[in-house]
Amino acid sequence: MIMEVLIASSTEEICELLEQDSSRQLLAGGTDFMVEVNYRHRSPSSVITIDQVPELQNWHHDGDSVVVGSCVTYREIERGPLATLVPALAQAARTVGSPQIRNAGTIGGNIGTASPAGDMIPVLSALGAVISLRSSEGKREVSLEDLIVGVKQTSLRRGEFIESVRVPVLDSPQEFLKVGSRSAMVISVTSLAFITYPKTRSVGIGLGAVNPIPTRAKEAEVFIADFLDWETMQVDPSGIDHFKDLVSAASSPIDDHRSVAAYRRKSIGILAQRALTRVFTEGVL
Amino acid sequence: MPNDEQPHLNVNGKRLTIQKSWFGESLLFTLRERLGLYGSKNACEQGECGSCSIMLDETLVCACLVLTGSATGRDIKTIESLAPEGSLSTIQQAFIDTGAIQCGFCTPGLLITIKDFLDENTDPTELEIREAISGNLCRCTGYGRIVEAVRIASKTHDESQGAS
Repeated sequence: MIMEVLIASSTEEICELLEQDSSRQLLAGGTDFMVEVNYRHRSPSSVITIDQVPELQNWHHDGDSVVVGSCVTYREIERGPLATLVPALAQAARTVGSPQIRNAGTIGGNIGTASPAGDMIPVLSALGAVISLRSSEGKREVSLEDLIVGVKQTSLRRGEFIESVRVPVLDSPQEFLKVGSRSAMVISVTSLAFITYPKTRSVGIGLGAVNPIPTRAKEAEVFIADFLDWETMQVDPSGIDHFKDLVSAASSPIDDHRSVAAYRRKSIGILAQRALTRVFTEGVL
Repeated sequence: MPNDEQPHLNVNGKRLTIQKSWFGESLLFTLRERLGLYGSKNACEQGECGSCSIMLDETLVCACLVLTGSATGRDIKTIESLAPEGSLSTIQQAFIDTGAIQCGFCTPGLLITIKDFLDENTDPTELEIREAISGNLCRCTGYGRIVEAVRIASKTHDESQGAS
């Protein structure tokens, strides 16, 4: 079967092409989609490539946030100004695949693919990212939690695509940690993002690869707040064990070819502890 | 692209006519099986091994993860452009000198990757070299001699040579 490939050059053009036929497949970096094509799991009759659209390839400051176009690559996120502005996102981007993959793969593709193991997901979740969606009907903004509704399932409407992602610039410690079988070229067994919010004296903890949908360890976030000293950046060690347990309890992992649920549940707690003690030194308050 | 125009790919500075029926293939398949450019190797077809590494608009990517129809009008450089026919680039020579080649299957992908890396980083550390080649699997050498080859090539590498 012949595949029609339409190369979009503007967001308006994407809207029009989707309005003509909303069943058209959107293609960003291709690092997930092409594997399915190569293995004959998918062969859509019409594809719109969107990764050459300038508006989607760029990012900009907007007040206390940065707005990152959906086709900004991991490579762009892992280095340069974005790495300073949103360090946890950069750390996560740096763990994705290889240089080849990071040159092609995009943040919007990671969100749209909606894999539980997507490395942008826990960071965006912990940062409270807002996703801008666009269609010929107009624009709307949703939270990541409202967009990713199941394993590889999104709430995108017909004719709608991911235009950009808004995340806060916080200028305070952030961590991203990941467990995998090697330190490159690996899909997460578990991953975790740890974001500090000094203004509200709170932390955000996003869990990766342990739940079908984006998940924050809310109880652990609330619990650990009482054990933190924001002046000295210390954590009371007496709170750490229960904190770990609460993070593990917020996970609902599965057994699969990459790992087993029990290991994932345990390791996500350890990642949380590690991130916590990287940011806050242990000391009795 | 207007519908009536014959589609083409820009490969190694040449304009090669292609068929619309190839649009749904991977660029790797088109390069190898349609255009006879066998230098880019096909192994995993999932971006895991780096054997099919090419430059697309001066960016290092896996050709197996590029849809042919999305590559029309873009600048493609393959291993075939690394050195003029009958000569070797400094990276190729360093591979030979250090014994960084055994079966040779991963070599084209590694050469393209290292060329791209050395164009940006002229004095790399061993860790940087290892990170740069982390997407290129070699099952023969254990990487030691490849890393050594990159180190040697970094001393003599000339950006103006070959691909990109």
